[in-house]
Amino acid sequence: MRIGIDVGGTNTDAVLLDGRQVLAAVKTGTTADVTSGIVAAIAGLQEQRAFEPADVRAVMIGTTHFINALVEARRLAPTAALRLSLPAGASLPPMVDWPGRLIEAVSGRSYLVHGGHEFDGRHIAELDEAEVRRAAADMGAAGVRSVAITSVFSPVNAEFETRAAEIVAAELPDAAISLSSEIGRIGLLERENATIVNAALRELAAHIVDGLASSVSGAGITAPLYLSQNDGTLMDVDFARRYPVATFASGPTNSMRGAAVLSGLDICAVVDVGGTTSDVGVLRHGFPREATTDVTVAGIRTNFRMPDVLSIGIGGGSLVREARKVREAREVTVGPDSVGYELTSRALVFGGDTLTATDIAVAAGRAEIGDPSLVAHLDKELVAAALRRVADDVADVVERMRTSAEPLPVVAVGGGSILLPDELAGAGEVRRPDHYAVANAIGAAIAQIGGEVDRVYAVEPGRRDAVVDAAKQEAVDRAVAAGASPSTVQIVDFDEVPIPYLPGNATRIRAKAVGELQLTDAKGR
Amino acid sequence: MSWELTERDLPDLARGAALLGTGGGGDPYVGRLLVRQAIREHGPITVLDPDDLDDDTLVIPTAQMGAPTVVHEKLPRGTEPVAALRALEAHLGRKAGATMPIECGGVNSMIPLVVAARTGLPVVDADGMGRAFPELQMETFAVYGVPGSPMAVAGERGETAVIDTGADNAHMEWLARGLTIRLGGVAHIAEYPMSGAQVKRTAVPRTLSLARTIGRALGQARDRAADPVEALAETLRDTLYGHLRVLFRGKVTDVERRTEAGFARGRAAAVSFDGRHELELVFQNEHLVALVDGEARCVVPDLVCVLEAEQAEPITTESLRYGQRITVVGISTPALMRTPEALAVFGPAAFGLPHPFRPVEEGTWTAARP
Repeated sequence: MRIGIDVGGTNTDAVLLDGRQVLAAVKTGTTADVTSGIVAAIAGLQEQRAFEPADVRAVMIGTTHFINALVEARRLAPTAALRLSLPAGASLPPMVDWPGRLIEAVSGRSYLVHGGHEFDGRHIAELDEAEVRRAAADMGAAGVRSVAITSVFSPVNAEFETRAAEIVAAELPDAAISLSSEIGRIGLLERENATIVNAALRELAAHIVDGLASSVSGAGITAPLYLSQNDGTLMDVDFARRYPVATFASGPTNSMRGAAVLSGLDICAVVDVGGTTSDVGVLRHGFPREATTDVTVAGIRTNFRMPDVLSIGIGGGSLVREARKVREAREVTVGPDSVGYELTSRALVFGGDTLTATDIAVAAGRAEIGDPSLVAHLDKELVAAALRRVADDVADVVERMRTSAEPLPVVAVGGGSILLPDELAGAGEVRRPDHYAVANAIGAAIAQIGGEVDRVYAVEPGRRDAVVDAAKQEAVDRAVAAGASPSTVQIVDFDEVPIPYLPGNATRIRAKAVGELQLTDAKGR
Repeated sequence: MSWELTERDLPDLARGAALLGTGGGGDPYVGRLLVRQAIREHGPITVLDPDDLDDDTLVIPTAQMGAPTVVHEKLPRGTEPVAALRALEAHLGRKAGATMPIECGGVNSMIPLVVAARTGLPVVDADGMGRAFPELQMETFAVYGVPGSPMAVAGERGETAVIDTGADNAHMEWLARGLTIRLGGVAHIAEYPMSGAQVKRTAVPRTLSLARTIGRALGQARDRAADPVEALAETLRDTLYGHLRVLFRGKVTDVERRTEAGFARGRAAAVSFDGRHELELVFQNEHLVALVDGEARCVVPDLVCVLEAEQAEPITTESLRYGQRITVVGISTPALMRTPEALAVFGPAAFGLPHPFRPVEEGTWTAARP
């Protein structure tokens, strides 16, 4: 069996799974130190369904802790950005478009040295090792504790980043080093930004990961610990220490992956209705479709591998208002403002004075929450109009997320999904699987191991198939190296985009492979 | 009227340049950052109205050429476009009195601003495409007798080359394209050196102002929740781009892309919200033709602009995808872009398209509206 835990901003959810069967599921409050909430959650599972800690083969944790630390600009390490690009790149130094408060929060310093590659693998300039050494010495003198290294076209060839890391490590043995080729894709500023953010979170990552590990081992569990990544695959504890940014979007990803498992569908739209918003994403081959555009986090442009999620301000706590009557029809608005965590004091069903979406669901008989008699007086026509508004708005977002005319089933998860009708216009039946309220913890528990390639290839005539095969094989090899069971690995995503104005049919190829985690029990079997 | 361009103008200018890019022209994001840095270091830029330009002033346009994907990864050193300008000055034995865009759509609206900020030269409020086009010979300058040569090409190592192909602009384009590949896929260039008198005779006037005005109109409409397309039509009415026609409102149903001879070619299909009308878009880096129910309603060089339906944010050909809700507008281009000589260089036949050019404002066709 395995345990999945999702540490959200408000709740910590945990599930105990045997295969894909849910043995126990609990929801507890997230604690400021994260770890005591996890201890409580594991104890809750034990209470619901007693288990031998030695029978647990793996523990998977999804957490929003690191993205929150960046947004709040707290506990960030003094960081330096080292860019290998000269003579190119001097016009726009690292952190050029960052909010000032975050540059201050990371005590950001920038260094540019000679190096980098062209799109076809030629060197822009040879790596100047003496220059790197001088930069490292200056970083040391300035008290830098974490270094982000970015070389031009390192997704094509990472040799300079690797060499520069060796030099910096020799000068600054205690500094953490993050390499852009391990973190982002083509697009220098965005990849560099992601790498600097990662570097700034390294100390916090070490601290949190240690805490997670000790709370799990404190419960007597000796199985390996994994953290879930943005793309719905897992990383081990060592990787998590080095790449905390890879957890940034794991929340919505885990919800969607959990919905896939609970519903048995691997192509579907997932509507996750929370207290304030509804997030809609699309699963392809059981994985969230990734956003193709750059993503801005805390005012910093990045190119993280983020799921493509569209949110609207409709949730269980959304305020319901009657706007006006147009001819005979009632016009009712739902959201975007919400009573949020105050639902249990402000909603009518809890004796409050604010009409919320939850009150509407209770009045319509879709759920029994609080005291239904407190909403018995609501005008039936108003209730119907509010539910229609929710259904229309959600149907609209689902429709926008479609990428083909093929039918796309809809799966609803999250506590607020009681607001949704049984049928959505244009999408058909809405499926509501069991355990929908803890879909995110289930998503963490069933996560797989992945490997990815994203690179520009010169595709010579007649060589396309060979190039594509090589890219796919490399993705598979990376997944296996990361701990996937070789017989289960398959390509789940593949994309080739020709690049205009370059010779040799330059083509950007992305391939992603995933497989089941190779699980061994406590005795190493 | 001449004016001073500051950092505050850049978001509007970039948005307007994206619209004039008609789906191509390169992402102005990196270009906008480059200008911002240059203005922060060197101060604001003088944008010179063509009427205020002396007839015998030497004007040297500057630009970037190459693959937008490479620009996104290999950021410029920053000195390249000025190096190209200086190399051409040295070759000509004369100093430039101003620079100018060759292309007002996309990233090339920004590069001459970097040059202007760094050199202190004014930038002439005009360009040679009146939009974005994929190749260097597709210039009103060339159409009306100003050759692209001599041309200077610069890379980030400080290297420069001068190309002189006489009156053969297509050959100049071909040689420069080869050098650009050797330079890593991106180069900065200075070309079409000309006198102030030639600018007045051959350039599309006031297109930097136009881009800023368009960007501002879209932004302000958004801020007061007005219809941005309506605001755009209103803004354009008194310019050389006087006619805006809403060609289509609907949803993208298919996108097909392929690379041919280094260009991103393809087509997209959409259906109107009432399901009664169909749109077909043909693109080669930029949108070239919009066909509604099989009829060519807007043909290059008139502008086919694909806008995101609600905010009217321009959508590039690269980011077109199934399910997007779009408004497609056709915008008329100035008379000097529609003459037989101009159409021979950048009209539909120059792109191998079978559709004859017909001004977007002609015909009694009514738009598919919801």
